[in-house]
Amino acid sequence: MSEYTESIIPGVGRRKAASRYRPAAFLLVPLLAILFQVYVPRFIESAANLELPLLVTVYFSLMRRQPIAGTLIGAVIGLAQDSLSHLPLGMFGIVKTLVGYFAASVSQRFDVENPAIRLILGFFFFFFHQFFYWVLSRALLSQQVGFDLVQTLIVGVLNAAVGLPLFVLLDKLRQDDVALA
Amino acid sequence: MDFLLHRYRSLTVLVVTILAQLVLLAYQVKTGGDVRLIRVWSVEAVTPLARVLEGIRSSTSDFFSNYVVLSGVQAENRRMREELGRLKMDNQYLRSELSTAQRAEALAVFQKRSPSKTVAARVIGSSTGANAKVVFVDRGFTSGVLKGMAVLTPDGIVGKVIASYPTAAQVQLITDPSFAAGVISQSSRVQGTLKGQGRGDLLVDYVQLEQKVEKGEWFFTSGDDRVFPKGLPVGQVSVDKQGTTFREIYLLPSGFQHGLEEVLIVVEGVHQQIPDDVSAFNQPIKLLPPPPPPEGSTDPSSLATPDGGPQPLTTDADRLRQKYRSIGEAQSHKYGEGMTAPNYNQAPAAAVPGTPAGATAVVPGAAPGTTATRAVPPAAGVATKGPTTPGATPPAGTVANPAPPATKAPATKAPVTPTTAPATTPAVKSTTTPTVPPVKPPVP
Repeated sequence: MSEYTESIIPGVGRRKAASRYRPAAFLLVPLLAILFQVYVPRFIESAANLELPLLVTVYFSLMRRQPIAGTLIGAVIGLAQDSLSHLPLGMFGIVKTLVGYFAASVSQRFDVENPAIRLILGFFFFFFHQFFYWVLSRALLSQQVGFDLVQTLIVGVLNAAVGLPLFVLLDKLRQDDVALA
Repeated sequence: MDFLLHRYRSLTVLVVTILAQLVLLAYQVKTGGDVRLIRVWSVEAVTPLARVLEGIRSSTSDFFSNYVVLSGVQAENRRMREELGRLKMDNQYLRSELSTAQRAEALAVFQKRSPSKTVAARVIGSSTGANAKVVFVDRGFTSGVLKGMAVLTPDGIVGKVIASYPTAAQVQLITDPSFAAGVISQSSRVQGTLKGQGRGDLLVDYVQLEQKVEKGEWFFTSGDDRVFPKGLPVGQVSVDKQGTTFREIYLLPSGFQHGLEEVLIVVEGVHQQIPDDVSAFNQPIKLLPPPPPPEGSTDPSSLATPDGGPQPLTTDADRLRQKYRSIGEAQSHKYGEGMTAPNYNQAPAAAVPGTPAGATAVVPGAAPGTTATRAVPPAAGVATKGPTTPGATPPAGTVANPAPPATKAPATKAPVTPTTAPATTPAVKSTTTPTVPPVKPPVP
């Protein structure tokens, strides 16, 4: 990438720089996301379609730009999500581990602060998450669950749309932004 | 090997992580057990936040629900207050209407029973004078109301007409300082001049010091003033004390007991007797004997009541029945036996002896154990019940019917007490004393 390109595209200079966050953010944001998924659908049934832990995993993986960090973030969030479900531990863990790894790998090649990129990545990883979870359910747990492609696509769009403002909100937690300000 | 691990560190971590989770998953699926430690950590990490969140949510929800409920209660409270106010107004209106109806009824009854001719009027206004006790009524000289006419209520006098207009009249109340009227006490017959005081009570002036009245004694109009007919109640003595030159007797006027909304204007007054006993509203009444039977009819005294006493014949059917019975008895015929009928064209052989005068009969409607004397004269005069000429003296042997004051109960169904009339009295003339109708409107 030339210097000219870096000068005319905002933020391109920090494209490959990992964003830093306060440790509390790494702890509380996934916790709140899981809490949202556990608590809110009690009152708003359609909120169960929002996969906030996945979005948080994607965000932190994208912004950390480190596959190892993305892997660990995905594994922890996935296992925490598993532990609050009735299923054996590891289903969400494996899927989100893969999501974190790939998100972090992809972030090294794209401008992840671009809303369009974020929207597309959000949709893609949601679809990947749902599909892979379905595969694992059938393969490892022998569960005869169906995969509704249309519904998955629609919910994927919805999650990607929700992810956009969520990512902007989470950007406020970035420590380097705070330092720049 | 180290080179490969270092070069593919990320991939190695991924593989290790996934393998670890796969082993974990396989262990759970294989053994059916659970990794409780991780679940406990997660639950312990999430549930406090969930509890706080639930507390905030429930508090907020309760607050808003309570707010909504309270706002609903407030609206309902406001609506019920309005309804209560409306019901109170309706109740007040109905009470007023009821009171008005009762007063009007009492007034009508009094008007009907009063010997004086009166005109009902409604008080429509008061005078503008500060101390003047003057009101306007809605009857004027087009209704026959003239200046100087007495104004009263069923409870007593209230004033006199001092000015008459076409559709209204001005009435000076008895409490006006310039009002005066002649009065007389009930029992001691103490006469004086009634004067208004400008306040609630009345003064009876010009009563000699040696004359005494009792507290609570009634004063009636004496008729000397040529305005108020004699015998109308004025009030009761509240204060009687020794004055300098005359006694100071104060009365509580009775005419204002039930307010002053409807009044009667005496357009043609009739003097009445001062009642002797105020409480004697249950006075005996004199009943006249039944009219004599028409000529040709048998004597009704042959009929006997179930207890053996004579029974008056009251209808033509009774007389006809008695006639046929006499014919049957004369021809030794018993009704209901045999196939022949007596000869009704044949006059009865012997007339039934007449009923002796002064026979005692049970009076229907009389009080239990009481009888009334019935003189059955050969040609009894037509008796009149009701007011007679003022000042007429009742003849000896008759029972006067003193009238109770207006506040007493009606005497229309007074029990009949035994009275004895001379058997030789050819006719008894009723001299029922004109009375103040004892009508007391019920208190609402």
